[in-house]
Amino acid sequence: MNIVSILTLVVSSTLIFSAPLILTAIGGTFSERSGIVNVGLEGIMVIGAFSAVVFNLSFADKFGDATPWIALIVGGIAGIFFSLIHAVATITLRADHIISGTVLNLLAPSLAVFLVKVIYQKGQTDNIKQAFGYSDIPLLDRIPFLGQIFFSKTSIVAYIVIFISFVAWIIIFKTKFGLRLRSVGENPQAADTLGINVYLMRYSGVLISGLMGGLGGALFAQSISINFSISTIAGQGFMAMAAMIFGKWNPIGAMLSALFFGFAQSLSAVGSQISFIKNVPVVYLQVAPYVITIIVLVAFLGKYNGPKANGTNYIKSK
Amino acid sequence: MSKTTTETLNAIEMKNITKIFGNFKANDDINITLKKGEILALLGENGAGKSTLMNILSGLLQPTSGQILLNGKLTNIDSPATASKLGIGMVHQHFMLIDDFTVEENISLGYENTKHFFLDKNKTEQEIKQISEQYGLGIDLKQKVADITVGMQQRVEILKVLYRGADILILDEPTAVLTPQEIDELIEIMHGLTKEGKSIILITHKLDEIRKIADRVTVIRRGKTIDTFSTKGVSNKELAQLMVGREVSFKTKKPESLPTKTVLSIRNLIVENKQGIQSVNDVDLDVLAGEVVGIAGIDGNGQSELIQAILGLTKIKSGTIEILDNDVTNKNVKDIIQQAGNIVGQVPEDRQKEGLVLDMNIAENIILKTYNRYPNSSKGILNYKNINSHARDLITEFDIRTTNEQNKVKSLSGGNQQKVIIAREIDQNPELLIISNPTRGLDVGAIEYIHQRIIEQRTSGKAVLLVSFELDEIMNLSDRIAVMHAGKIQGIVNAKSTNEEQLGLLMAGVSNGGENE
Repeated sequence: MNIVSILTLVVSSTLIFSAPLILTAIGGTFSERSGIVNVGLEGIMVIGAFSAVVFNLSFADKFGDATPWIALIVGGIAGIFFSLIHAVATITLRADHIISGTVLNLLAPSLAVFLVKVIYQKGQTDNIKQAFGYSDIPLLDRIPFLGQIFFSKTSIVAYIVIFISFVAWIIIFKTKFGLRLRSVGENPQAADTLGINVYLMRYSGVLISGLMGGLGGALFAQSISINFSISTIAGQGFMAMAAMIFGKWNPIGAMLSALFFGFAQSLSAVGSQISFIKNVPVVYLQVAPYVITIIVLVAFLGKYNGPKANGTNYIKSK
Repeated sequence: MSKTTTETLNAIEMKNITKIFGNFKANDDINITLKKGEILALLGENGAGKSTLMNILSGLLQPTSGQILLNGKLTNIDSPATASKLGIGMVHQHFMLIDDFTVEENISLGYENTKHFFLDKNKTEQEIKQISEQYGLGIDLKQKVADITVGMQQRVEILKVLYRGADILILDEPTAVLTPQEIDELIEIMHGLTKEGKSIILITHKLDEIRKIADRVTVIRRGKTIDTFSTKGVSNKELAQLMVGREVSFKTKKPESLPTKTVLSIRNLIVENKQGIQSVNDVDLDVLAGEVVGIAGIDGNGQSELIQAILGLTKIKSGTIEILDNDVTNKNVKDIIQQAGNIVGQVPEDRQKEGLVLDMNIAENIILKTYNRYPNSSKGILNYKNINSHARDLITEFDIRTTNEQNKVKSLSGGNQQKVIIAREIDQNPELLIISNPTRGLDVGAIEYIHQRIIEQRTSGKAVLLVSFELDEIMNLSDRIAVMHAGKIQGIVNAKSTNEEQLGLLMAGVSNGGENE
């Protein structure tokens, strides 16, 4: 393998592994900017992955090539509904955010696997027929050298996702909605006295995290795992959370850290094809993303603590 | 904002307002009238119902019964947003600001200008600049609120309500956190506002300010309106009497101070905070038996850290602290306060967080420092009979208003909570009493009582170190006053020969406040 084809392989697999993390991390950013800690991202991804795979298997014949895209949206919508549990529990019923998020994480895999058994009479689904594959980006792939590394045999979805992170940054920092969202995450009482609907903003934050987490899970299932089982989503939600924290609750920061985590994950997938790390035992490459997640969380948590009212419930006086 | 064709002289009339929480009447048939262009002071003790009334006016609460007339028209104010639309704006005692946002963002939040989906900061800035020039409220819009002074933060709050087009401003205890100079500036701003046609309601229990600022005053006691009258020619004594319902003395009577031996001696004390900044910077201070040394200064100038260092609650970088000639530098808390019996008593800054266990009862709170000895316990078993009977004695002695010693401390009013702490500390007969903001948020009646108790300790030959952000309190109680600024003692002055102006200058860090010790 020459250097260009190694780079092409690493870049494209990094992009594929990062994209679900980026989506989910952006979702987490919206939730936490509104003041609701969302450790349930993992569970939301599970639900997104499950619904997308079931939809894909059921309707692949009908929708053909468009199936993964539609299934993506289905996963996102399922994520919204699932995150509603977290929103109601934390915002309306003022439950502890960590407990409620943990409930999502415990509930999602059990529910999904149960439903898989009911629907397919077995523990995991078949492989989907229509998945997100590799393709060339027209025109850009003709750029010498860079075009081959970045834009040929690559994931178009990943580029869309990176673009979404910039859109999310603009929404959070440059629009009225973003200013209000951040205000309820920093000081909900102050926002309330200014006539801002704290509950509405927080619901928006959590439901956006449901949408993005659902999309992330659906993307993961349709581009990486290709089927759904109990181990389809194994820690990606927590990695996305780590990326959000590492990215200082900023969508672009989250995107960059998710790319880094995606790179770590991709090494275990493509490591055997790269000559100079071929001899590294595969188990090290497999645990690397998790170890890096822990190190990042320990090293960076506490230095910037995120939105000031993050994790607190707001009680409006009557 | 709203131009009325039928001109009336009253901006606001609140008629027969009653608000009931459960079976408690917070407001009982209250009537107040705010004339256009005037400053009306609302005077009352804590828990008299002022805040409830103002929360009703600003839409946070709904009255159980009663009417609100705005410019003579019957109005229903069902939310803060409605109040703001009607031109009523409230400046809260505890600022409602978002530290991480800029001044401009804080002012415009909720009333943002947008252009093609994006925030239009230029337009917002121009609008705010115009208002700030009109009312003389200069401020840097680009700074983060976390980085500006308390006085400036208050300007942000005032600009916030003006930006929303308020004609009627409610200011809740606006001077509580300001230096004397900042208070003067605020008074000027308030008078400027009324000249421009705004009407202001000022909530306070500081009597001097009422006479300096307000045109008329309405006194509220136990949820009822007592009286409304012009502030011209009214004395503090009369105001206090109306507010509390009995006669109150302001100047705590104190005999000549006769300081004897040195009880607390601090030399070259340096304390660093987590960021490595010297929060206490080379402080020398002595407190003698039989005197009250007051530490004046604006919140956050090293007072808390100094007290924490004395009590062993924070690490001392260098310097020494001696209590009765024993070196206590960097000893642990128990060794410091319990050496030779409980010789150090402490009334902490935050009574609810640091002074009391709110979910425990009065008797249990009283033995927090002495639970481990006879007669409160023997062989590790608590003797509740002794504990409770001692608590009952202290409840009588310190006039703690409660039905019995088994009541949870959180059910007591602020003044009574403070009395529980004072009872616990003074009961130990300490040689050194360290007191931080003992009357914060309390009303004149409770203040009077606590002040008397502090002076009693001093006159009986104990050493008292008093930290307070209230200049009146410092001047009233202290024999000597040390002013802290930026971690340093800016000057030590004799309480008898100083005045507010000199202290204010020292507090602001102007070194030539003139030392006259």
